[in-house]
Amino acid sequence: MIPAFTGSDMKTILYIVQKEFKQIFRNKGMLPIIFVMPILQLVILSNAATFEVKNIKFGYIDNDHTSTSRALVERFDASTYFNVLTDFPSEALASAAMLNGEVDVLLHIPPYFERDLQKEKYNNLGVTINAIDGAAAGVENVYVTQIVQRFNQNLKIDLFQVSDQEIQPINIETIPLFWYNETLNYKTFMVPGILVLLVTMITLFLSGMNIVREKEIGTLEQINVTPIKKREFIIGKLFPFWILGVGLLTVGLVLAKVIFHIPMVGSLPLMYLYTSIYILVVLGIGLFISNFTETQQQAMFISWFFIVIFILMSGLFTPIESMPNWAQIITQFNPIRYFVEVMRMVMLKGSEFMDILPQLFKTLLYAIIMNGLAIWSYKKTT
Amino acid sequence: MKRFIGFIKKEYYHIFRDKRSLFILFGMPIAQIMLFGFAITNEINNVDIAILDHSKDADTKEIINKVSASKYFSINQIIEKESDIEAIFKKGKVKAVLNFEKDFSKNLIKERKATIQIITDATDPNTANTISNYVNAILAQYQKELNKDVTVAYQIIPRTRMVYNPELKSVYMFVPGVMTIILMLVSAMMTSISITREKELGTMEILLVSPLKPIQVIVGKVFPYIFLSIINAVVIVILSIFIFKMPVQGSLFLLALESILFIISALALGILISTISATQQTAMMISLMGLMLPVILLSGFIFPISSMPLPLQLISNIIPAKWFIIIIKGIMLKGVGFQFIWKETLILMGMTVFFIGLSVKKYKIRLE
Amino acid sequence: MSNNHVIKVEGLTKMFGDFTAVNAITFEVKKGEIFGFLGANGAGKTTAMKMLIGISTPTAGKANVAGFDVFTNAEDIKKNIGYMSQKFALYDDLTVKENITFFGGIYGLSRKEIKGKSEILIKELEMEKAANKLVGSLPLGWKQKLSFSVSLLHDPKIVFLDEPTGGVDPITRRQFWEMIYKTANRGTTVFVTTHYMDEAEYCDRVSIMVNGTIEALDTPKKLKERFKTDTMNDVFLKLARG
Repeated sequence: MIPAFTGSDMKTILYIVQKEFKQIFRNKGMLPIIFVMPILQLVILSNAATFEVKNIKFGYIDNDHTSTSRALVERFDASTYFNVLTDFPSEALASAAMLNGEVDVLLHIPPYFERDLQKEKYNNLGVTINAIDGAAAGVENVYVTQIVQRFNQNLKIDLFQVSDQEIQPINIETIPLFWYNETLNYKTFMVPGILVLLVTMITLFLSGMNIVREKEIGTLEQINVTPIKKREFIIGKLFPFWILGVGLLTVGLVLAKVIFHIPMVGSLPLMYLYTSIYILVVLGIGLFISNFTETQQQAMFISWFFIVIFILMSGLFTPIESMPNWAQIITQFNPIRYFVEVMRMVMLKGSEFMDILPQLFKTLLYAIIMNGLAIWSYKKTT
Repeated sequence: MKRFIGFIKKEYYHIFRDKRSLFILFGMPIAQIMLFGFAITNEINNVDIAILDHSKDADTKEIINKVSASKYFSINQIIEKESDIEAIFKKGKVKAVLNFEKDFSKNLIKERKATIQIITDATDPNTANTISNYVNAILAQYQKELNKDVTVAYQIIPRTRMVYNPELKSVYMFVPGVMTIILMLVSAMMTSISITREKELGTMEILLVSPLKPIQVIVGKVFPYIFLSIINAVVIVILSIFIFKMPVQGSLFLLALESILFIISALALGILISTISATQQTAMMISLMGLMLPVILLSGFIFPISSMPLPLQLISNIIPAKWFIIIIKGIMLKGVGFQFIWKETLILMGMTVFFIGLSVKKYKIRLE
Repeated sequence: MSNNHVIKVEGLTKMFGDFTAVNAITFEVKKGEIFGFLGANGAGKTTAMKMLIGISTPTAGKANVAGFDVFTNAEDIKKNIGYMSQKFALYDDLTVKENITFFGGIYGLSRKEIKGKSEILIKELEMEKAANKLVGSLPLGWKQKLSFSVSLLHDPKIVFLDEPTGGVDPITRRQFWEMIYKTANRGTTVFVTTHYMDEAEYCDRVSIMVNGTIEALDTPKKLKERFKTDTMNDVFLKLARG
């Protein structure tokens, strides 16, 4: 049961809030880290987060030197995906370049390529792809195959002047439709995502260090001998960072709209309702860590541990559906996961209150549990 | 020298007596590499899709069977009309809808052509694109079966060889990245915090008025962390080899030397951070806020650097992690020797010298 | 408990694992008294004090402070006591005025009370010029005096001072003891730990703790007579050497 708040509770909380704000704004070394660094990172780093595969480092070894082989290479040259074209005189040089990282896709055109093609009506073409980045390699392979297929279609007409008289093959035509993001623009999805990561990091680190810092400098003991109530203390600590988090998020969203033209399909109040609960979760975790540790150093290591897990398992950079089952269960405890889901749903798809109800409910429950733990773990007595 | 050894001993005691921090320092990297090695993958598996079949004939049934038999997709529901698509996408579980046109089989025979829409929820563009590609591949296969009897005139067939990672495993990509991030952040964070901590507590002044030279004080403080980070690196490499089956094609010895170089450069960065921050809090915020996302995003750990806009490709050059990732991938997966990575090694060395030089300069200014 | 005893302790014990930090101490402190709580470093003074101010739960025994039990009513005790810790514990990054406002606020004083009190306090401490300076920039002696005054903001019945004069110069120490006398004269009980034996002479009564137990408790005069010495320092040395 949560005891009702009295007027004097509110007054005490107000004094703590006032003090925390003063301390935040007085720390000149921290201000740029809190306010400038996240914005700067948002604007710059959002451009980095793209899985598009382009500017592929491409090279070839032409052992045929005929019009067919040259025409094939030209196709690659014309493609926007492949940009650095290197003509390697020998296999040895080509594979050295591959080891060096100078080239990622290699085309091996065998000797008598054109002659054999005319004779046999088909021919093999060697392609070597650096597959360390498996996902990119898959996409590169698709690009190569597409170029070669298109080349095939024109082969008989352009090169060998054979008229097309055979039975037309059956063709299943696919029309890919990318809803909510027709151009597959990564920024649409990454900008709000990175914004959330930044806000989460700032609020988690600040709240995680906060109480333990007072422990280290000795002021917490002074607080503990006052008749302050545990919940007054925790709420007083929470509130300034909550304002900070919501404020940063607002600035970030405005920038997202102005600089990156991120669509805002859904309801803004709904997004804010969710955000305000979400930040409570993060702060609850931070304050819990802060109560639980003895030094700022420990608090930071623990926050770091969780934040790296939260970021990499949020579904922002890699899909959650692909994770093994046990890992998917772990992501259920990752607040960022819910944020990323809700953000995609509300901002990009225009989902409504009922659609995000499950996420909203879980986040709210999480907030209550974490802040309950934060109050419980704050011990005025040892 | 004796004094110096005594000082290093003191640092060891500091670190090894704090059992909680020690547990964190060793336990966390292991937990993280285990977690991420298994969980972070770009591959898609069992994505929920929905079917909207306006024909319900032999061909569409066959295609649906093939799609549902693949490990990439699981059919979550069958819907009846276009207007349902919006609603299920808004719920968020279903990522794609296959929409078969009316009279699919009939069109295939009569027109020799039929159409399928692959409607994807592109709020996650990467997954949407991958789904689209995989469905296309399944359809292409089916189309080939239908065309068995039709001979195509000239055909060039690309025979693709995926080198260094024939099974296209994500692990090969992510384990080196995770290792780099852990070493980078833990090393930079540990040194910057432990030095500013002494500053804050006032014990730094005591150390500086002692007969130890400032450089000895700093080296003494950092030395135990080199040791700690090396243990972390060893544990991570062992885990990657035995649990994630990462090959080490190149020389383990070279890998060890390069790792030590990288650890030292991260520690040097930590020292630099400590010279510019007055409190532990500032040091931590710089080493965490300042390093975390740039290292994750600009090192080539997840996102290919060559696809980034040019200015960011240039910025990525100042991220030490980028060079180390190239080095470990080279040694472990490509099996290259030193002659292929000397450039990257030199860059890392240069950065280390730069960090140390700048710290010394800052340090002197403060003392004067 | 008689009305003029504001602290009453019986068999109070604190154990940390196997180690007994405070071993069944028993004593009483009268209202308005300056009670010196002496002992060498590590004798258990601070631990005992932390139990009395309600931030450390005793392992065994009984203790009643300002009319409340330390086991069941620690929070009520806190309303009635002031505490100044050994470690300087005001906020360095707040100004003198802001510190006063903050602590006044969490003790539940009204804005008006806080304003009035801080004016008087700053005047008494002659800190008018420093009122808007960050506490971190003040000399240690000023900080200690300020810290003491802040602990008295809410007019506590008892004020606990844990080595309040550690590290300050003799003049400031003198001024500090003048403040203590003034406070006691107003009827506030002062419970003070110290290891300066000359300061013990200023107390109404002193107790001397050795290895977790109270070895002696009386007025300085009587203790000197009993141990046949001229200074409290010698009393202490005789006791500590056992």
